[in-house]
Amino acid sequence: MTVATEAPPIPAAEPAPAEPTPGAARDELLIILESGDLERTWGTLIMATSAAASGMKVSIFLTFWGFYPLVKPGVRITGQNWMQKMLSFMNRPGINHIKMSRLNFLGMGPWMAKRLAKSQGVALPDELLAVAMAMGVRMIPCQMTMDMFGLTRDDLIDGLDEPAGAATVMEKIANGVPALFI
Amino acid sequence: MTTETIHRVDARGLACPMPIVKTAQAIATMSSGELLEVLATDPGSTKDFVAWSRTTGHALVEQDEEGGVFRFLLRRK
Repeated sequence: MTVATEAPPIPAAEPAPAEPTPGAARDELLIILESGDLERTWGTLIMATSAAASGMKVSIFLTFWGFYPLVKPGVRITGQNWMQKMLSFMNRPGINHIKMSRLNFLGMGPWMAKRLAKSQGVALPDELLAVAMAMGVRMIPCQMTMDMFGLTRDDLIDGLDEPAGAATVMEKIANGVPALFI
Repeated sequence: MTTETIHRVDARGLACPMPIVKTAQAIATMSSGELLEVLATDPGSTKDFVAWSRTTGHALVEQDEEGGVFRFLLRRK
């Protein structure tokens, strides 16, 4: 006697919805910020503010390590369990404390980069974040990251969109919105 | 003789993207047909203002440079 161990068939995906409206997404930009590195966050904010200044509707989906810039200044340790707390201890949250991916040197790297930027009239990440939000750039926090890092809405800066998931992002991409994954 | 009001943005000493950001913020408060003069020292702005004018449709009426200061005259669409 043989026992059938076959897994139930995986149902086929629903057919794709009707064609998106042509041109509807032409003036929109989506940025998925996954990196928490200073240089990539900085570049993301420069692109986002430039796009908003060029009349585009910009959304940034902040996920995984890219989420830390959304934590309020002054919030030091986040999370409920020791692993979440340890994670925030090792990666100090907040836009002013993100590290460089290379040459961080315990904060010497970012300190020098910011000093150089100031002397050359380059706006700093915290200034650009404020400008972006004032220009209507939508910040979409990733719900899964919030849960994983143990973050609550009280830990986050004001003016953010409702937390959402990857499907929200995919709807935009399915409608033809150009997307950058950083 | 009629005199036209010219709005002004001083973006001297500011690097990308702030000259364009300040310009966009200023032009948003203006009425259609009004003029905006922008001063900038960022050499990249000479290309950026041409591109920005094409993207947004606000006309770049004049563009010149004197002593390292770039001047852009824009008309709100």
